[in-house]
This record gives sequence, C-alpha cells and structure tokens, in this order.
Amino acid sequence: CHEDLDLSPTNATTSAIAYGTPEGYKQVIAKVYGAFALTGSGGPGASDLGGIDAGTSDFLRLYWNSQELTTDEAHIVWNDPGLQDFHNMNWTASNVMLTGLYNRIFFQITMANEFIRESSDAKIGERGITGVDAENIKKYQAEARFLRAYQYWVAMDLFGNPPFITENDPIGKYLPPQIPRAELFKYIESELLAIEPLMVASRQNEYGRADQAAVQALLARLYLNAEVYTGTPRYTEAITYSSKVINSGYSLKSNYRHLFLADNNVNNTETILPINYDGVRTQNWGGTTYLINASINAAMNPGAFGVPNGGWGGVRATKNLPLLFQDYSGNTDKRAMFFVDKLEMDDPSAFSEGPKVTKYRNVTSTGSTAPSANGTWTSTDFPLFRLAEMHLIYAEAVLRGGSGGNMNTAIGYVNALRTRAYGNASGNVTSISTDFILDERGRELYWEGHRRTDLIRYGRFTSGAYLWPWKGGVKAGRAVSDTYRLFPIPATDLISNPNLKQNPGY
Amino acid sequence: QQRTISGTVTGDGASPLIGVSVVLKGTTTATATDVNGQFSLPVTGNTGTLVFSYIGYVTQEVPVGAQSTYNVNLLTDARALDEVVVIGYGTQRREDLSGAISTVGSEDFQQGNVTTPEQLITGKVAGVTITSNGGQPGSGSTIRIRGGASLSASNDPLFVVDGVPLTGNGISGSTNPLSLINPNDIESMTILKDASATAIYGSRASNGVVLITTKKGQSGKPTVNFNSQYIVSNVTKKVDVLGAEEFRAYVNENGTAAQKALLGTANTNWQDEIYQTATGTDNNLSLSGALKNLPYRISAGYLNQEGVLRTDKFQRKSAAISLTPHLLDDHLKVDLNVKGSVTNTRFANQGAIGAAVAFDPTQPVRAENQFGNYFEWVTRDADGKVQLNPNAARNPVALLEQRNDRSEVQRSFGNAQIDYSFHFLPALHANLNLGYDIAKGQGTVFVPAEAAQSFTTAGVNNNYLQRVNNKVLEFYMNYTKDLTGIQSNVNATAGYGYYNNRTKNYFFPSYNANREVIEGSTPLFEFDIPENTLISYYGRLIYTFKDKYTFTGTVRTDGSSRFSPDVRWGLFPSASVAWKIKEEPFLKTVEVLNDLKLRASYGETGQENIGPNYGYQAIYNLSAEASQYQLGNNFYYMYTPEEYDAGIKWEQTATSNLGIDYGFFNNRINGSFDIYKKKTKDLLSVISVPVGSNFSNLLLTNIGNIENRGLEFSINAVPVQKEDLNWSIGFNLTANENKITKLTANEDSSFVGNPAGGISGATGQSIQINSVGYRTYSFFVYKQVYDENGTPLEGVYADLNKDGVINFSDQYRYKAPSPLVTLGFNTQVDYKKWNLSTIMRAYLGNYMYNNISANLGVSRNILNPAGFLGNSTTSFYNSNFVNNQYQSDYYIENASFLRMDNLTLGYNAGKVFNAANLRLSLTCQNVFTVTKYTGVDPEINSGIDNNFYMRPRTFVVGLNLGF
Repeated sequence: CHEDLDLSPTNATTSAIAYGTPEGYKQVIAKVYGAFALTGSGGPGASDLGGIDAGTSDFLRLYWNSQELTTDEAHIVWNDPGLQDFHNMNWTASNVMLTGLYNRIFFQITMANEFIRESSDAKIGERGITGVDAENIKKYQAEARFLRAYQYWVAMDLFGNPPFITENDPIGKYLPPQIPRAELFKYIESELLAIEPLMVASRQNEYGRADQAAVQALLARLYLNAEVYTGTPRYTEAITYSSKVINSGYSLKSNYRHLFLADNNVNNTETILPINYDGVRTQNWGGTTYLINASINAAMNPGAFGVPNGGWGGVRATKNLPLLFQDYSGNTDKRAMFFVDKLEMDDPSAFSEGPKVTKYRNVTSTGSTAPSANGTWTSTDFPLFRLAEMHLIYAEAVLRGGSGGNMNTAIGYVNALRTRAYGNASGNVTSISTDFILDERGRELYWEGHRRTDLIRYGRFTSGAYLWPWKGGVKAGRAVSDTYRLFPIPATDLISNPNLKQNPGY
Repeated sequence: QQRTISGTVTGDGASPLIGVSVVLKGTTTATATDVNGQFSLPVTGNTGTLVFSYIGYVTQEVPVGAQSTYNVNLLTDARALDEVVVIGYGTQRREDLSGAISTVGSEDFQQGNVTTPEQLITGKVAGVTITSNGGQPGSGSTIRIRGGASLSASNDPLFVVDGVPLTGNGISGSTNPLSLINPNDIESMTILKDASATAIYGSRASNGVVLITTKKGQSGKPTVNFNSQYIVSNVTKKVDVLGAEEFRAYVNENGTAAQKALLGTANTNWQDEIYQTATGTDNNLSLSGALKNLPYRISAGYLNQEGVLRTDKFQRKSAAISLTPHLLDDHLKVDLNVKGSVTNTRFANQGAIGAAVAFDPTQPVRAENQFGNYFEWVTRDADGKVQLNPNAARNPVALLEQRNDRSEVQRSFGNAQIDYSFHFLPALHANLNLGYDIAKGQGTVFVPAEAAQSFTTAGVNNNYLQRVNNKVLEFYMNYTKDLTGIQSNVNATAGYGYYNNRTKNYFFPSYNANREVIEGSTPLFEFDIPENTLISYYGRLIYTFKDKYTFTGTVRTDGSSRFSPDVRWGLFPSASVAWKIKEEPFLKTVEVLNDLKLRASYGETGQENIGPNYGYQAIYNLSAEASQYQLGNNFYYMYTPEEYDAGIKWEQTATSNLGIDYGFFNNRINGSFDIYKKKTKDLLSVISVPVGSNFSNLLLTNIGNIENRGLEFSINAVPVQKEDLNWSIGFNLTANENKITKLTANEDSSFVGNPAGGISGATGQSIQINSVGYRTYSFFVYKQVYDENGTPLEGVYADLNKDGVINFSDQYRYKAPSPLVTLGFNTQVDYKKWNLSTIMRAYLGNYMYNNISANLGVSRNILNPAGFLGNSTTSFYNSNFVNNQYQSDYYIENASFLRMDNLTLGYNAGKVFNAANLRLSLTCQNVFTVTKYTGVDPEINSGIDNNFYMRPRTFVVGLNLGF
C-alpha cells in the first residue's frame, strides 16, 4: 500500500505533457517572452523571483531603473531600499534592485535554456511533431536563442562578467562558471550571427515576436558599444547591421507621440520588438504601468493618462533632460513632453519639484482610455528596439570612423528624425558631431532605457566631465569612482556560486 | 450509642468532590460522597478515625469526636505518583516516566474567557511559551516548545486529540483551526518535550507534541454541569499620537501653505473611533453518567463574542459526544468521540488599526461625498472633478464599516478507538483507532462600490470555499506484563499508522460590488486538491527493573508523499533511562525526601511539514488569466516550469536531555529540573541558488544547522495546608538560547545571512537576519549616533567597519525577538468557600522593533509630500526625525515584561435550591503589564510591532451549576 505515497498535483503537468503538442510549445515560448513583461504567472501579485517585492520584480521596471535613475534622465522620490543608491551612485553588492534585475535576467535565460533543450530535433521527433509544426518550433527555438542573447547582452552591459549557462547545463545541483566580458561578447556575437538566417524574415513575424531585424538591431547595438566591452571598436559592423535594419522594411511612424500610446501595437511600422502589456490580460505593477503611474501624481489628472485610479508620484527627470531641447514646451520639437512647475529639484524628496515626463500614456491615438482591470494597469507596449535608434547608431558609427557608411546618409537619417519631430524641416541640421548625437539620442530616446549605456560610451557616466542635479547624491552633482561603470555581481550569487569573482572595486 | 454523622467533602477551589470514599478506619463501615460531596455514616460513640480518600488527592484522616458534622477539604496530591499519564500510543505511570513530559489537568487550566485550547496552559509549563496572536476573538497562539527547531518550516508542535493527530493546516474562514475545539471539553493536556517522549511521533515531532485528552463519561448517577460566563473587554492602551490641537499647531508652524490648507476643523481621536467595549457570553452544558456499561458524556457550548476592534465578531456553536463502553468483561474497551462545531465569524478590517494611528486628527469621520459619506483624501482636477488620492491613507472608520467579511466554518472530528485485551492472554492488547477530521470553510467579502478602500475595482463581492478531509488509521499491539520472577516489568508496543490529508480548494473569480466579474480574474481551474500521505511503523519498549530502573526505547519509520521515493523513508530512534534514586537503600529512609529520580534521554525526530506537497517534482504550471502574454493577435496562457529540489527531505533534530524529578515533605514541595540540547540539521531553508541552475533564484532545500540549548526548572509547593486554609504556589523557569551554526552549502565567512522580517513602510525592506553564529531572527540594524543630550542624530550612524563610509556593511546584529528567560508563576489561596488565584508570566531578554514609531514617528508623515496630511506618533518629539530611519537600532527596544495574565476570585455557594451546587467566579485577564517597551504591547512573537491587534483587558463573571 506504499503506492499511496505517490501523489501528484491536480492542475500542474509534466514537461512531457506541456511539450506534447505544438500548442504546448507555443505556450512555453509565450513564457520565455512573457518573462520580460510579467512578474510571474499567478497574477500581478505573484513573482517568479524571491527576495524582492513581487510588484517590482519585472524586467523593465528593474532595467529601466538601472539605466535611467543612474543618469540625468530620471530621479525618483521614493525611499524603497536600494532606490536612492542609484542617484547617490554608491550601490553595493547587496542592492535589492540590482539583485532583482540580475535574477530576472537569468530567470529569462533559464527559461530560454529550458525551451531550447526541449525543442531539439531529437525531442521534437520523439514527440511525433513534424512538418509545419516542427518548422514553427524551430523558429521559436531561434527566438529563444535571441532572447537569451539579448539578456546576455544586458548582463554583459550591466554586470560585465556574469555566470554562463546554456541548454547543455543541468537543472539542479550545478555551479555555473563565470565568463569574462570579452568572451561573453564573442558568444553573443556568434549566437546572433548564427541565428540571423534562422529567424523569420523582417516584418514577417507575428506582433511581439522577434524577427531578423531584431537580431540585426541587437548586433548594431552590440558593435556600437564594442569598445566598452572588449577594448576593440567595431563601428564598421555597427554601420553594416544598422543599415540592414534600416533597409529591412521598417519605417518611421509619422507621429512620434503615437509610439508611446496604448494602441502602439496597431499599425506600428517602427517598433522592431516591443514588450507587450495589457491592462486586463497581462497585469503587472512594473513595465509601462510603472512608467505611466510613477511619472504623474493625483494632481496631474491621472484620467488624462488613462489611469484614473493611479498616479503614484515617483519619478521625474532632472532639469538636464528638458534643457537638451531648445524649447521644451513641445510646441516646436514634439518629442519634448514635459510638465514643469519648477525645473530645479531643491528638495529631492518632493515630487512637485523637477520636470515631469509625460511621454507614456494609457490612452489611444484617438484619445480613448485603454482597457484596465483596475484603472491603474496599462496596455501600452514598450519599444525594446525601434528604427529611430538605428538611424542614430548609423550616424554615430560613421562619426566614430566606421567604414561602409557616409556622412550625408548619416545626416539624412538624423534629419529624418528631426523632420518628424518638428513636423517640417525647420529643425534639420547640416552637420553633426558625436556630442550632437548624444544629445539627439537624449531627445529621441529618453526614458527608453538607453541613457546609462550611452553615457558610459561617451565617458560621462562617472566622470566630472558631465554633471546633473543629485549625481552622486549632491545637488550640484559630482564625479564618482569609475568602479560604478559596472554594477557589482550580487552578493547572493557570489555566496551560492563559489565560481564567481566580484567586479573590481566592490 | 449509634448515631449518624455527616458532612461535605470539598476539593480544589472548594468544589464538592463526588465519590470520595469515607471509611471508618479498621472497620467495614464505609460510604462514598454523593453528587453534592455529601456523606452520612453511622458510627458508634466518639472514637475511631475517618479516612477520606480520592484519586489524585492526599488521603486525610479525621478523628471522630463529639460533633456530628465533618466538613473536609481534600488537598490535591501535587504529584499524584500513581497518576497515569498519556504518552502517545498508551499510558504510563507518572513515576515510571523517563522522558520530559508535563501534564496539566483541567483543575489547573487558566480560568476566565478561554476560547481556544492552547490558552488553557499559558504560563503553566516550563519550556512552553504560548503567545496569543492578538486580541481578535478566536485567534490562535504561537506555541513554542523549547524554542523553534526550524527556520523556514513550521515551528508548531503536533497536536494529538484522543490519539488523532491534527494536521495543523489552516482552514479557510478560520483564524485558527484550534479555535474550533471547545476548551470546555478538554480534560487534560500533556506536553511531550524531549525526543524520548516525542520520537514515537517521528517525522512530525521536532517541535514537541501536545496530547489533548477530552472529557469522558463517568460511572454513577448522571450529573449535569452548566457553566455560564459573561465577558466584557476593553483596550488597555492606545498608541500615543498627536491630538488634533497639537497637530494643527504643528502644521501651522511648519507646513507649507498648501499643507495648511489641508487642515480640517474636527477633533477626531481615530483610535477611539475604531475600538469598542466588547461583550460576550459563553455557555456550556454537559451531561455525563453511565447507562449500565455505557459511560457517556454529552456537551454543548455556545460562545458569542465581540472583538474590541469594531465589527469583529466570533460565534461558536459546539457539541461533543463521548461514549466509552466496556464490553466482554472489560476485555473490549471502546472509546467513541465525535465533536462538531460551527463558527460564524465577522472579520474586522485590521488595516484600520494602522490607519487610525496615522490618520489626520483634524478631519471628521463623516463628510458629504460620493464615498458613502466618509471623509476621504481627494484631489480636484481643473474641472473640479473629485478624485481619490491614490497614495493617501483611507478613513479608518470606513475601512471597518464598509467591509463585511464573514465566514462560516463547520468542522467535525472524532475517532473510534477499540482496545481488545485477548482472552487467552490479557496482557496483550490490540488497539485500533480510526479517526477523521472534516471541515468546510466558506465565506464572503463585500465592499460597496462607493467605498474608497476598493475604489479601483468598484467594490468587492467575493466568496471562497474549502473542504478539508483528513483520515487517520492507527493500529498497535501492546504487551504489558509484570515479570515478578526477575523483578521486571515489560511494556512493549508495535504499530502502524496511515494518515491522509486532503483539501479541496475551490476557485472563484473576483467580483465587484455589483457581482460583475473583474476582468482577468476568472480562474483557469475550478479547484485544486493539495494532498499528502504519511505511512508509519513504530515500536516502543519500556523495561522497568526492580521498580527502580526504567529503560525506554522507541523507533519509528515514516514514509512521506512529500518526498521523492529515494529519500521518502526516514528513521527516528530514541532511548532513555530513569533511575529512581529514592528507592535505593541509602535514601529510602530519608523521610524528608519522598521522591528523587534521574532521567537521561537522547533521540532523533523529524519535521516533514515543509509547506509544498510536491516540492520534489519537476512540473509545469499554466499561468492565470491575468498573466497571459500576447503574441500576434492572440493571448497565450504561459506554461512555466517551477523550481524544484529533487532531493528535498525532512529536517532532523537530535535532542539530548538530562532531568531530575524531586519531591519533599510528602510532596508538599515537588518539581523537576531539566537541561537539554537540540541540534537540527538539514534545515529546510529557502536559500539563494546559483542563478541559472534552477527555475527561480530562491529554492526551498535542506541546508543549514541550528542549535537550541536550555534549561527548565519547576517547583510546586503547598506552604499552608489546613482545614479551612490552603495555599499553593507553582513556579517555572525556562532559559533557552538558539544559534544558527550553518546556513550555506559552501562555507563562506563573508556571508552576512538571509534577511527576514519584512517591515511596514518601505517595500521589500527587512529588519532581521539569520546569520551563522547568531540567534535566529536577530535584528540587523545601524548603530545610531546620539548627540551630547542623548538625542539621536538623524541619519548618523557609527562606521562600524571603519572604512570611512556608512553603508550596508556597517549594519550589525543587535538582539533578537525571542526571550532568553521565561518565568511562570501561579498561586492559589483557598479559604473556606472562597478562593483566589493568579497567574503571572515574565519574559526577559526579548527585544522588539517598534515598527509603528519607525514608520509613523517622523515629521514627514505629518507634512506628507504626497498631497495629504497624516498623523505621527509622539515619539518624533524625542527623535526629531524628519525622514524615516527604518534601519536604526533606535527602534529596537527592550520588550521584557511581567504580566499578570489572570486574577480569579471564586466563591462556592454550596447547595442552592436543594439540588444544585453553585459556584461563582470573577476573573480579570490581562490585569497589568510591567515593561519598558514604549509600544502598546511587548508580547509580539515576530518581534516586529506593526498594526498589532492589541490584547484587551477582559472581565469575566462566571457561574457554574452542578447537579
């Protein structure tokens, strides 16, 4: 009668059943993607991760904080553990937010590894899946490899020398080795080059899934920053791959502001890969829900932002961001979307001070409020890659001496963005410089999660060459140690994995 | 000449004793007292001696004199050497015990308003700390026997009622499953402490075992007992906050123009608004007796009690039947118990407790608006449209009144125990025990659409349902024999147990007040059935030699469905010896000393209640409706692999114990002394695993060791023992210290530890830490720096590692929440028909994080930058803190206390209406507390004082009628 001890859960299933059908594969790849958007699988209060508040444990919220709160583009009022470290630039290996981000990155990598393992030719064959179904699964597999490469790129960019795990490593008692930054660069590059031909052709995939252009866009980003990662510039390849994307069939959306509204999933010719949100079916407290609610408060009429019950009053920019625009009212350059009572932040804990950013909204381009189960969750998708960035990568790579492109084309690409922004050619430029490109990136791509990487590439992240209010925790701003150009490997992982060595300076 | 003498025999608390044997010494003249404790006996002349004897009481001799009335008060035999003690799968004579076991009988239970069984023994037993979880009626207690043996797994002891182990799992709609048992039906509670006593319960025994024996029928005439209580409760202390005038002055002096404009004109004491004087009644009726060979007991109870937090209400109807027939010339003993209860609870919204502390006292309770006419913080947009401030606190009174959270829980449990002693070999017994425990918990939560507390969903109209179905089968054989030839006694037991715990949780969507489904909340599955099974084999041998040396050995093997087949079976042995030194010739003649026994034991026990039922299996779960991901035009339910540890297994605790039992002056002074050491290994801990090696960053696995060591001392004394006056005293002391000795798979001295103890006010922040070399849940804080006047300097902390910067690495471990020493004291004086008793407890060395002060005691809380005003505790006058300093050791306070739990005055009116015996009592519970702690209550098990539902002071008038 000891078989009574063999019990199994009522509603859960085994991998054999989950992968038993082509539909099952699709539901698993949905998790590999969904790990970007959602904190967990059990509703907005659940998390795949522990050791962090569930609502803050999604990828975008954590990534965005690390890339933006550490720069001139954003400043947060809240006092949650670890948050103010971003402004003070004194974070440690025990920072809860950095630990959460690191864990989220490797959660998605582990999800991708599992999918890649289970979608080998042998496994698909064993399960009797053939024909178009089998081909689709191979496409999913290439996409899982892309998502993994993307997260390894984030890990390389932020943490430098992370642990390294692929589908060939086991689940369970295993200590992953550490991979040096330059070697990880090679791995990411080789993976992306390998899957480029395996991906669905550009603009041919379903909405929300990566295509060839997404792979090329990541390669362009990787090469643009190659000197930071490896010491060797690769601007020529940055030109090659940004060109590939520019010529892949994507086109700039005519209205810049519509890129950040709730119906940006419809007729979007510009966004190459979004993170998808839905105020009813993809509920979470991070992502664009965070970006929209944290950047307004109750006094700013949340209803107009499509979040009638929201408005948390947390994040705004430093004055440096609106001052990148000659006129930040938004009347000339439409990309400027600010709400300013007081430009200066004398009291960094008062949300009323400093320029509010109103870029993201949960309303559609026709002005209606997007569905939301509680009047707070949003349906606005976040552009992880969009065409405009490729224009700017091309231009910067040409300016930095890459070959295969030319200056006129570069200026043309920049002016395409400015013409859209101004609604006419009045804002067009006749010459460009690298400094101009950094500012233009600020104007075009602000609050899209690029700033920290850009400032590091320009040598302005930690140095005294560029300051912003409250940089390093002082009102006038100050230089900090170059140590902070990399985040520390979280203490939790250093302890559980003796193969890891901490980044220098921590 | 022949005459008749008469009298009344009373026992503890002046209650009449029924069935006391009264014998004229040296004759066959004898009788027994009747239901009123009265006797009459024919005697001749004025000579002779009356002998009064009764089980559990000291036999008393009274010379016959000229008078005809003999009222006698019998004293309890404090140790009752011949007393039989329940030990799990059988009984044993107390004097033969070799393990650390404490028993509390009904006569020693806490009196007054006791709604849940464990509270009966609060403060009574050395080594057992019982901390009620707060003032909510029916809420449970945290029970720790010799400290906790676990970190992540349960630290609760195993409860066994009439041989049926309870699962300890919660029931939906009930704050505490034990509250479904009526304490009035309990006869005695026995606490098994050391491994020698508990190891027979194997993998569930690491945190001790509490055996509950319920009341049974007695032979003789039917007796009826009616017990009625009237209960009044009040809060004892409120959190010190600014009054309306003080508040107004502060804002006017320090606030911005916008903040001053927010001030209201009311004077509201929000704490007064949410608390009430709570009343209640508790009535119990029992009938017991015997119909020929069928002793029976039938009881019914009705408890109806309000909470001091308004809208809190707890109602329990209970009934119990016990039949204990003896058949086949006593060869077949059947013990049938069925208990049933229905509780109806309305749960107050406890969020109101914190809200009342923090709400602006200048605002009125009521205001004309669309939120049900309760004042709420709003903003107006340019068009004058009113909108709730999403960051502001909600009206505390509205939180209570606009939430109707009700449950009904039905539970029945019982067992049929059949004990057969073989006709051909009466020393051999076969015992079969079949038990069940079924429950149905259901409830509804309603919040109207206009209520500010649920404005995002336009109200709440939810329901829940759960069914619990637990089965127990036990079978054992016992052989007990005196082998007089070799001066030995053998008591051998071997058995089998099967335990199945199955719960069915039904899933429902969330609804708004209009009963419309809230989008994204429709469950994927109708129900879930978590289930686990345990199968066990066990054996025990008790061997007594020359009535002086007792050896006990037990062994149990358990197989649990919670673990993979490879590690499913565990073995839990124990051994103990007892040496009755008093029986040795050199002490036998020492008359002052009447008992001296040495005990030593060692054993291993386990802990299988790890939480997850299927933690070893690799499984995929489907995501919820609200957690779909869009690909193309479709939304997909995601398949997610769950993290797992294929090798997860039980924790193992090794306990060694040394003890002495002593008794002097015919047991007028007696007690025991024990020292123990508990070492738990393979601690179930949630730890960080290397990222990439599992499907989450945290995993529940077996890592880490913990040690508890301590001592227990108890003494009972009867300083005065006279006919009209009796005074008894009991005192116990427990010292326990724990230490974590290992936490990580890889030895790493740089590992600071696992954070624990989330606090209120800052998302994701914790105040405690579990670190190797320190006590569990030590506080992990910065060392506050003070100015020369002793005022803390805001944000200034000591640079403990002297590296020039103040950061995370300057935090240190400072104190811990668990007491180092606990003391219990009880005393009773009986004078004629009166008795007065009290119970006091003291905890020493326990510290508390004053989360209320840390969170609310800052001026920023008053001058809130988020567009509303909030109140602050007065502690900010002392600290002058503007911003929260959550991690400062300033908020770690010494919470040692002395509390008088209970003060009872009883009066035995004797016979009234010529039939019934009437007793009256007046009890005050939670009489006073002496402490330096500045918050409302120093006794909070977690060591974090935040929105604590304070224990009320309760007055109980009790009446007991017996006939």
